[in-house]
Amino acid sequence: MSGASRQPNGSHAGGVPHDDDGVPGPGEMGGIPRGPEAPAPRPPVIHALRDAGLAALVAAGLFVPLVGLRTDVGPAGGGLILRTRWADVAILVALVFTGRLAMNLWSAFRPAKRPRTALRAAQLTRIGTFVAPLFLGFAVLMPLLPWTTRYGLDLGVLVLTYVMLGWGLNIVVGLAGLLDLGYVAFYAVGAYTYALLSTTYGLSFWICLPLAGIFAAFAGVLLGFPVLRLRGDYLAIVTLAFGEIIRVVLLNWVSLTGGPNGISGIPRPSFFGLSFSAGGEPGSFADFFGLEPSPTHRAVFLYYLILVLALLTNWVTIRLRRQPLGRAWEALREDEIACRALGINVTNTKLTAFAIGAMFGGFAGAFFATRQAFVSPESFTFIESAIILAIVVLGGLGSQLGVAIAALVLIGGFEAFRDFEEYRMLVFGAAMVVIMVWRPRGLVSTRRPSVALGERKAISGDLVGEGHG
Amino acid sequence: MTAMLRLENVTSAYGAVEALRGVSVHVEKGEIVTLIGANGAGKSTLLMTIFGSPRARAGRVIFEGRDITGMPLHEIARAGIAQAPEGRRIFPRMSVRENLLMGAQSFGIDPAPGLEQAFTLFPRLKERESQRGGTLSGGEQQMLAIARALMSRPRLLLLDEPSLGLAPLVVRGIFSAIRTLNAETGLTVLLVEQNANQALRLAHRGYVLVTGRITLEGTGAELLARPEIRDAYLGTH
Repeated sequence: MSGASRQPNGSHAGGVPHDDDGVPGPGEMGGIPRGPEAPAPRPPVIHALRDAGLAALVAAGLFVPLVGLRTDVGPAGGGLILRTRWADVAILVALVFTGRLAMNLWSAFRPAKRPRTALRAAQLTRIGTFVAPLFLGFAVLMPLLPWTTRYGLDLGVLVLTYVMLGWGLNIVVGLAGLLDLGYVAFYAVGAYTYALLSTTYGLSFWICLPLAGIFAAFAGVLLGFPVLRLRGDYLAIVTLAFGEIIRVVLLNWVSLTGGPNGISGIPRPSFFGLSFSAGGEPGSFADFFGLEPSPTHRAVFLYYLILVLALLTNWVTIRLRRQPLGRAWEALREDEIACRALGINVTNTKLTAFAIGAMFGGFAGAFFATRQAFVSPESFTFIESAIILAIVVLGGLGSQLGVAIAALVLIGGFEAFRDFEEYRMLVFGAAMVVIMVWRPRGLVSTRRPSVALGERKAISGDLVGEGHG
Repeated sequence: MTAMLRLENVTSAYGAVEALRGVSVHVEKGEIVTLIGANGAGKSTLLMTIFGSPRARAGRVIFEGRDITGMPLHEIARAGIAQAPEGRRIFPRMSVRENLLMGAQSFGIDPAPGLEQAFTLFPRLKERESQRGGTLSGGEQQMLAIARALMSRPRLLLLDEPSLGLAPLVVRGIFSAIRTLNAETGLTVLLVEQNANQALRLAHRGYVLVTGRITLEGTGAELLARPEIRDAYLGTH
């Protein structure tokens, strides 16, 4: 559209490129003076009208052939006849005119935008300190609330699974800065580890859970070695390939994994040895506590299980961030060459990031297997990796709360739009574009120093440059 | 007396391109030695080769009597060599304090004395302690890069173009800090510079590197006085 990016009053449209020091220029406020000899700006209303008229003209030029003229098959079956639809064209052009006018007037007369300052970031952080416990409280109480349905509970389990996966991937991508497009591979390794160990050797969930983590961590190291020297795009490609390799192996190693048929009849978890059978026979959960047997018990148990696993992921991440290892990860993300110059063992640092991130993916995988009681390679396609990565990126790289919110919005959104099946991905895509334009560093883009004197100051991501080195 | 650092006929290359062709350099304990040369002469390569990246194709790097030519990078750092890399390379999203702590991180030493030294040497960093590295000015970033390198309590400091992109006044401040360090703590410094005039005034000795070879060597004053140096590097015709 004509002049879509122009703004009245000769003001600059924000988005100033960062300078050398990584400090944003005086953008935002918009008023970069054009020098003293710049002509006096036209009255904004006239300018807005003119601009809207121009837009309408372009729209008319486009819509006359596109909408105004229409060919139909003639009544006698032979030849085409031309129909005109001038009324439709007029409506469309009028819409463009008013829309453009409204946009122009809004940008001319809107109240001066406050600059994004550290103050604003501090406010956000203060909100964050309230929001996080609120979320946690809700998550803990959710299954006990009277209006929680079975569907709501299952959705909660799903969201929490992705929260956990997001937090796990956040270690690799958000903290260590290693772009991993194949995270679902570790999820798959964990799921198949539990599925195979439990169906073949009859091992219980609680023994298999740590084993699934160990196997996944091992897979993480396996992936880590060949990609040690890679960064950015190249790393992304190799991790993407790794994810696919795992899936294809699972698909084709029929004698072990059952191939496309997957593995079914995976044992469900027990509560300290008490099973959740619907019959309520002796030794079951319902019998032991003298409750009416109900399938909801298992759902509630699974909900709390994944909640605990997710919180464990979060707790370990937060703890590690304060340890030298976590700081080394962050330094690695910032500048690998500087890390080398400071004598940090880059190899070990990278491998631990891959291993620990993968371990949590493996835990989540084991949980997935026991919840579904069935695994097949279909559950571990690239789109899963993409969704998990989207959660991390949308949430704000490295931000724990942001990841949780993004998982809630994204997975909850998927479910909410289930009725509009065809438009789901469209809405999803549009939402992602909007978020990235509006908050390019993710929903929660502040980072607190993990070491600080006295009061911790959060600084908005906007104030800091990206991609040095 | 054996030199603290000795490079013997070191050859170094990026792929097929030889950047250093049989360079021999030595640095005595307590000295400030500077390496000057034009763009692409191999100055930075020489520093990086000491640090093991890229590795020397031929020749040896000996530090305090130990052959460090093939050592892993982090072990070279642990042997007592620290580096303030070209372009400063501070961590932009970490605070000044965190940046400094990273310097001591992998050495298992108490960071407190290092922090104290850093803040005495550069009081400016104390003022900026909780500020992000990326929000510092260029000069402050350079101070931070040097202070961060010193956190590991090295015996040899490698400095790669500390004057890069800084105002002359700021450069003077940084150079005087280097002189103070050398005089007060006996720190040995190997300084790579394009700013030949100031570097040679600061250094005890200097080398001139031209397309991968050492062409001249002498005390700072000697080199400053030589006509070919004046013509090529000092811009006084």
